[in-house]
Amino acid sequence: MENTGLSLVTVVLFLPMVGFSILLFMRESMTEQIKWTAFGTSMVTFAVSLLLWVGFDANNPGLQMVQQWAFLPQVGSNYYVGIDGMSLLLVILTTFIMPIAILASFRAHVLHERGREKLYYMLLLLLEWAMLGVFVAQDLIVFFIFYEITLVPMYFLIGIWGSENRVYAALKFFLYTIAGSILMLLAILYVGSAAGTFSVPAIMSMIQSGELVFPFSGLFSPQSFLFLGFFIGFAVKVPIWPLHSWLPDAHVQAPTAGSVILAGVLLKLGTYGLIRFCVPLFPEAAVAWAPFVGVLGVIGIIYGAWVSYAQTDVKKLVAYSSISHLGFVVIGIFSLTTAGIQGALIQMVNHGISTGGLFLLVGMLYERRHTKAIDAYGGIWKALPLFGGISLVITLSSMGLPGLNGFVGEFTILMGTFNSEVLGFFFALFATLGIILAAIYMLYMFQKVYMGELDKEENKHLEPLHWQEIAVLAPIVVMAIVLGIQPGPFFATMGATVTDVVARVTPFITTVAQLP
Amino acid sequence: MFQVPTLEELNLGITIPAMSVAVWACILLLIDLWVPKDRKSTTAWLAAGGLVFAFVANLFVYNTPGESFMGMFVADRFTGFMNVIILVTAFLGVLLSLDYLKRAGIERGEFYILLLFATSGMMFMASSNDLIAVFVSLELLSIPLYVLSAFRAPDLKSEESGLKYFVLGAFASAFFVYGAALVYGATGTTNLPEIFAALQTLNVAETGTALLMLVGSGLVLVGLGFKVAVVPFHMWTPDVYEGAPTPVTAFMSVGAKAGGFAALLRILIIGLPTFAVVDAATAASWQQIVWILAAATVILGNLVAISQSNIKRMLAYSSIAHAGYIMMAVAAAGTAGMADASANAALVYLLAYAFTNLGAFAVAIAIEKDDGTGTSLDDFNGLAKSRPMLALMMTIFMLSLTGIPLTSGFMGKLLVFQATLDAGLVPLAIIGVLTSVVSAFYYIRIILNMYFKDAEGSTTPGATKYVNWVVYAACAGTLILGIAPALAINLGGANLFAMIP
Repeated sequence: MENTGLSLVTVVLFLPMVGFSILLFMRESMTEQIKWTAFGTSMVTFAVSLLLWVGFDANNPGLQMVQQWAFLPQVGSNYYVGIDGMSLLLVILTTFIMPIAILASFRAHVLHERGREKLYYMLLLLLEWAMLGVFVAQDLIVFFIFYEITLVPMYFLIGIWGSENRVYAALKFFLYTIAGSILMLLAILYVGSAAGTFSVPAIMSMIQSGELVFPFSGLFSPQSFLFLGFFIGFAVKVPIWPLHSWLPDAHVQAPTAGSVILAGVLLKLGTYGLIRFCVPLFPEAAVAWAPFVGVLGVIGIIYGAWVSYAQTDVKKLVAYSSISHLGFVVIGIFSLTTAGIQGALIQMVNHGISTGGLFLLVGMLYERRHTKAIDAYGGIWKALPLFGGISLVITLSSMGLPGLNGFVGEFTILMGTFNSEVLGFFFALFATLGIILAAIYMLYMFQKVYMGELDKEENKHLEPLHWQEIAVLAPIVVMAIVLGIQPGPFFATMGATVTDVVARVTPFITTVAQLP
Repeated sequence: MFQVPTLEELNLGITIPAMSVAVWACILLLIDLWVPKDRKSTTAWLAAGGLVFAFVANLFVYNTPGESFMGMFVADRFTGFMNVIILVTAFLGVLLSLDYLKRAGIERGEFYILLLFATSGMMFMASSNDLIAVFVSLELLSIPLYVLSAFRAPDLKSEESGLKYFVLGAFASAFFVYGAALVYGATGTTNLPEIFAALQTLNVAETGTALLMLVGSGLVLVGLGFKVAVVPFHMWTPDVYEGAPTPVTAFMSVGAKAGGFAALLRILIIGLPTFAVVDAATAASWQQIVWILAAATVILGNLVAISQSNIKRMLAYSSIAHAGYIMMAVAAAGTAGMADASANAALVYLLAYAFTNLGAFAVAIAIEKDDGTGTSLDDFNGLAKSRPMLALMMTIFMLSLTGIPLTSGFMGKLLVFQATLDAGLVPLAIIGVLTSVVSAFYYIRIILNMYFKDAEGSTTPGATKYVNWVVYAACAGTLILGIAPALAINLGGANLFAMIP
């Protein structure tokens, strides 16, 4: 298992840190160079991460391109990274979103106003490193380290470059997420102590061979407590209703790039953790708790959509729609079917693209008008035709229109939920209701902002899109269409891995149902 | 009956690290007479030199366990590790004092000599294998600290600090002696391995003896609990920490704790590992009491720290909280077979805490004004603008105290929680992690003040050369331990205690 060569995964993981170190030694006044160094770093990382996909064997459900170095051998934890199907998709999503987020920051007003641009770009690269680390770590301690680190740069991004209420939002974000994750630390330590190692593949195979047993006898047995320890940590991050209250604040106050990364990648840390750890490590507890989690997911779908509709602030509307979209991901995962989990993974990618795109649009509107109130807009399509067209595509993709990416994920999830033995018809029914609601609030927003008469004087002379802004939006639109009409390669990439996860749980679906 | 021991029996070689500090302090007392009044920094550098010598000597005897002074003094890896922590703390303490004393107008050579005496007391404490030796080193540690706390006299707060520490400290010492006497009454010895041996043959359930042992060991726990400031023996901490000159606070918040925990761990692990009032118990009787103390300490320390508005008082409560986390490791040591792992966790935690806390105090010194004011939390507002590097370092210290990964604080907490879980104390571990969340609130608030609040830019009159050195050194230590924790863990390892029964 000891791998002495340098794995490509390690290269991708540490590329952002190379950029970080270069920035560290640049002078604060070299603004242009700082910007382009950061952007260049993220582009190189993206390019190299595509090589991962090229070298990836989709038929192999196990880990590939692994690397192990001693880190904390005394407690049985090592630097252990590698990718499988779902890691790979999310790694690519991260490296795809980052250059967009960085490029979108170039023209951000708030950066010129508050300065400290060097710190800003360093934090973005640090964040990319930590997020990539979460997706490739195969050791529980290393995973937890990266998972916690993501908090710090985000805290600063919101707190320094956020809008009016940023200090409160940053503090809330930090405390909420640390409270969730620290319980997970206990569960991790417990699992690691029981297994004698923190290596995830080793623990998985011990569970499969029956060497390691977490006793299970119902909703409140040791295995369930461990499950909940992990689950609550991830649920805060996702966020699953009712642990979501940090999200609207953080999203609304964060600078545009912060919101894009938050929606695009950070929330996926939670759902990724659910698939990667909660379900396969504690299969019986996952089956037993699935209906309850499913209910929370459905509540999230409907609540998020409902509250979205009531918003008068565009950014808040998009933020609440995230809660709704991630509700779909949650029920997809806990349907515990191959289709459901595959749909959840696709939906994670889709949400990153669509909601990330929506936040970019809101950011561009804000740069021009310095307001996020829906009432202040109207008829924007007439003022900015190209911008309006792009906005329509992204809005429709977020709504789940067939032919665009959102539909693929939602449809697969609904199919999985419908066929699921643990969730079933009613969950699918209520989730479908969510899709209708999504159409309502999205179209409502689109109509109010883009359609209608161009009746407000301030909206008549808006600055047309800059080429950088077009460059930011173009990949989003392209991906929304590609994923919508050609999702096959994405499903193929993660297929074997998801089948493997589901195979670990399926045997328990009947045994748990027989419990008193 | 009494024989004069030969030099070989004394085995003085292994005592050199601790002994050299004490002897050098005596010599320095004489040398200082010839150091002119306006050049007292010479004394400081001579003191620092003595500490470096002791550090090197400590490395030489690190792996040569043995006992000295007829079993009263023992040197093993545990001692070696403790000495590293104590000497680093003392060295950084000297650096912190150099300019501070000048600024405060209290520069006197005795300061450094007292600091050396206290340091030797801590080191002896880490080596004491006998309750009498623990007591003597406890006094050697405490008395110089009483004086140092009041060093800023006639400043009222400093005087109050010294007096309070002295009166309460004297009480605590009395508790300790009385406890030691009761243990002697029950077992007929004060030597730790002999106490252990006596407990094996003694039927503790026999009327009276068990009670004597219980009360005796309880009083010993009170005495040492006072030194390390665990709830409910913590009352003195905020006032003393606030009033004492800041470098002294920095020094004693780490050093005195290290000494106290060293003695506590050795007494409990070597002397009383199997002391159980109930027969066939898997854990020692004191585990429950330590459990409760640890839980109370982390809860109270963290909760009260939230409402503090002065950095020194906040760090005082935070130091109480951290004593609670170390106490969790002590509690874990009560489970059979957990002694080494728990002591290791406590040692790594102490080392991590030493770097981080010294760094945080160094930043506090940097913003403190010459008259001792300017240490409120609002004085940190806008520090990121006026002193970006200093603010960055303070951020790292605060994250480390919270226990965020890649800092030493996370590794310390990781090991402590793991030891607690392995010892089967799951509820205690849960209390520990929940209170860490609480602690995040007040540590993060300082970062918030530095980065998110716009102010004129706070002044840093105390950020002199040596203070900056300490900040950088502490930051390096914090990050290195956080990124490559294996280094620190290797300092401990298995066979920590030479005389383990």
